[in-house]
Amino acid sequence: MSRREGGGHHRPEGSGFEASAWFFMRVSGVVLLGLAVFHLFWMHFVIGVENIDFNAVAGRWEGRWGPLWRMYDLALLAFALGHGVNGLRYVLEDYVQRPGRRLALKSIAYVLSFLLISAGAYIIFTFDSGGV
Amino acid sequence: MSQPTNLGLGSWLSYRGGSGYLLWALHRVTGLGLLLFLALHIVDIFLLSFGPEAFEHLLVLYTSPPGRLMEIFLLFGVLFHAVNGLRIIVQDLFTKSWERRRHDRLIVVQLVVFLLIFLPAAWIMFGSFLESLS
Repeated sequence: MSRREGGGHHRPEGSGFEASAWFFMRVSGVVLLGLAVFHLFWMHFVIGVENIDFNAVAGRWEGRWGPLWRMYDLALLAFALGHGVNGLRYVLEDYVQRPGRRLALKSIAYVLSFLLISAGAYIIFTFDSGGV
Repeated sequence: MSQPTNLGLGSWLSYRGGSGYLLWALHRVTGLGLLLFLALHIVDIFLLSFGPEAFEHLLVLYTSPPGRLMEIFLLFGVLFHAVNGLRIIVQDLFTKSWERRRHDRLIVVQLVVFLLIFLPAAWIMFGSFLESLS
């Protein structure tokens, strides 16, 4: 990564994977600025952590705007995990020099993120309170 | 990638100069912290599939006093990472790499925006923390 004075990175040359990843970090960053900040504001200041329980989730995902909230959460999950895993990849490439170790850590990160996005998508699509 | 940067973990916190270096380091630290929280958060939401008891059992983690304190760190991480990331985008799009003064001015704007949102929000969360103690 060519590091830039004052933070950030120069846009990688060309139109290959690194240029796409650079662009994705900007776009997903702006998207998350809306999705994640609003999510945090809503859950922590409007609803309040102490008021969140199974029924609160059921009311949100099974209420009138349920399908919309599920799509919102799915988008948040995908953008946040994608942005986070690519960020982790940058960190690993900066700090882990030995090729074997780098490959191993990246593989672990990709497998874990695949499991996480599967688990998250699974519950978003299949959640059913059973009318509690 | 192209530049060999051999940085041991010990150099993580040593100041290497450049107006944005501390911000850059904080961006990474908060980013890694947020990824860790995201993993935990996906696991706790996944517990919904095992019914109310399994799910609410883990929520104690968040409503307990240490949880309410960690919430403030979460707010710090999200807000810092968001505002700093936005500053990087603005800097990339609207300034040239040699325009140091404009970068410094952007950083001042960034810090003001961050504090204006963070301080009142953290104050509210601190109130929740005090309430959780009683």
